[in-house]
Amino acid sequence: MNIHEYQAKELLRSYGVAVPAGNVAFSDSQAQAVAEQIGGQRWVVKAQIHAGGRGKAGGVKVADSIEEVGRITDEMIGMNLVTHQTGPQGRVVKRILVEEASDIQNELYLSFVIDRATQRVTIVASREGGTEIEEVASHSPEKIITETIDPALGLADFQCRKVAAALGMNDKTRMTQLVRIMKRLYRCFRDKDALQVEINPLAQVAGDKLICLDAKFNFDDNALYRHPDINELRDLEEEDPKEVEASGHDLNYIALDGDIGCIVNGAGLAMATMDAITLHDGKPANFLDVGGGASPEKVTNACRIVMEDPNVKALLINIFAGINRCDWIATGLIQAYTTLNIDLPMVVRLAGTNVEEGRKILEESKLPFLQADNLDDAAAKAVATVKGEQT
Amino acid sequence: MSIFVNKRSKVIFQGFTGQHATFHAEEAIRTGTQVVGGVTPGKGGSTHLGLPVFDTVAEAVRETGADVSAIFVPPAFAADAIMEAIDAGIRVAVSIADGIPVQDMIRVQRYRQIRWETQGDACLVIGPNTPGIITPRECKVGIMPAHIYRPGRIGVVSRSGTLNYEAVEQMTALGLGQSTSVGIGGDPVNGTDFVTVLKAFEKDPETDAVVLIGEIGGPQEVAAARWARENMQKPVIGFVAGLSAPPGRRMGHAGAIIAGEDDTAKAKMDVMEELGLYVARNPAQIGETVMRALRENGIS
Repeated sequence: MNIHEYQAKELLRSYGVAVPAGNVAFSDSQAQAVAEQIGGQRWVVKAQIHAGGRGKAGGVKVADSIEEVGRITDEMIGMNLVTHQTGPQGRVVKRILVEEASDIQNELYLSFVIDRATQRVTIVASREGGTEIEEVASHSPEKIITETIDPALGLADFQCRKVAAALGMNDKTRMTQLVRIMKRLYRCFRDKDALQVEINPLAQVAGDKLICLDAKFNFDDNALYRHPDINELRDLEEEDPKEVEASGHDLNYIALDGDIGCIVNGAGLAMATMDAITLHDGKPANFLDVGGGASPEKVTNACRIVMEDPNVKALLINIFAGINRCDWIATGLIQAYTTLNIDLPMVVRLAGTNVEEGRKILEESKLPFLQADNLDDAAAKAVATVKGEQT
Repeated sequence: MSIFVNKRSKVIFQGFTGQHATFHAEEAIRTGTQVVGGVTPGKGGSTHLGLPVFDTVAEAVRETGADVSAIFVPPAFAADAIMEAIDAGIRVAVSIADGIPVQDMIRVQRYRQIRWETQGDACLVIGPNTPGIITPRECKVGIMPAHIYRPGRIGVVSRSGTLNYEAVEQMTALGLGQSTSVGIGGDPVNGTDFVTVLKAFEKDPETDAVVLIGEIGGPQEVAAARWARENMQKPVIGFVAGLSAPPGRRMGHAGAIIAGEDDTAKAKMDVMEELGLYVARNPAQIGETVMRALRENGIS
């Protein structure tokens, strides 16, 4: 789960990590009130969406007067922000963050991630703050500093000093600050079950002060049950409404841009099914994993969610029943067919537990299910159906 | 023979009296597994399915000589249950649950390492988020449909559960059985990696070839392919799911995230091929690719 920048900064503030004075606003008058409360002569207005690349897309602007804060906010709220991370459809801005402007002298990159190779939390840092780390990694990988954290020992001071020195922060004032920031960030990461915390940039401002100018958090969905405070920060409007609806039915759905709707059990088989369709020159409309115990209701919901996509011209149902049972799946499909009045071709491949019973139920229903013998056959039939060739 | 579990394995179930554990313990017994009891804290001293129930894994191990544990404990408590199994000296701990917090698994892995360094306990943790491990007709520790597996000489290791079944069905259709099939699980931090399983298959005199089924995301498949190239005589057949996955999107498993170019399905299969593995580019051709590998290596 992701959160907004202003929420991330509030969280950091609660851990004693320096962030600029600022607050969220939903309207121009609110934004002006925030600016007045902060004081000073310059402010930054930042669009709050769950995607990076806002600066280049016009989602971050500087204001030199309270009036300008209001004007910029007015323009920004309601605008459709398209960045390289939002996709071409963009994201509508519904809230903004007003902050004091900082006089930046130097920008660093600092993040905490879970490294799958070492299976540990790892610090990733670079002197090239303000640019995306992927970019740094591709043009000058030697500039990337990493430090692995032992979960039993925690993050030691000397490790922080090593990172600070490598970042060129080797005088006492800045090193002390950086050690403190890293230790507090790690504590926050661990306490809140984060999967990633990214501070980019961590800026050096007037008086050699280090301050987090931007902050991104990604939290472990599987651990949200023990962090109600974090769960409360979830902004459903930033998520695909269909993915949210699907997750409410315990289904894992991701929309894609093809025309063959897929309903599969298991993430690996779901991806393999999409691959098989692609290899037959077809295009999957979605990824959908119905998971383990797929009841008739779950199958019906899956069909409905997939068919809400107007591009879908055929359904491919591929179930390899382990703890599932093919006879239950078949019953679910018949129920879905009748309750949803499905008028799309349905290619069904059943395998595993009670497969004979399942196939028999589908056959005896006399409904126009197109049964497939195996994965390849299923993909071929679905693609042929969409292309208008009868198999 | 087989790897990790066989007909001599003594299996306990953690979370024994729960609905899922009960169902799968019955299945395991029905398909020949030596189930010797189970653990449900607070129910020690009673019996379930005619087998003894213990309060702790330590007691169960002491009383039954169990060396394998099937952990059917919900995700919030699973990490603790795995560590309890390690502490009790269980040799193979299989954690089925999907949804264990990543940082919990980081601690489990650290605990395993500490136990190994200080006590010499080498517990193999399989999973989480796995269908488990099966040596057909000998020992089933997990939730896979036993009837699709046949005793044979092909080792199978996969991250995904249902894709494991898919590969097995394709092999069975061609008359190929399995020595052991291991699901290492789809989570970003898991107990056992591909290399550990490949090592065991390479040593097993009754395994002729190994099928390795990966997914987009993470460095494991490439590490395994490199290891196989350097250390294996037996042919390895690889497939990586997610060729058609758009970059940057999560596909169910937390692990299946494309972080950079190197861990796309295509990049991984390219590396596998360069390293001399047999690669099934099409998920429907895993079985055929195994046949080709056996033929080309003079194994029948």
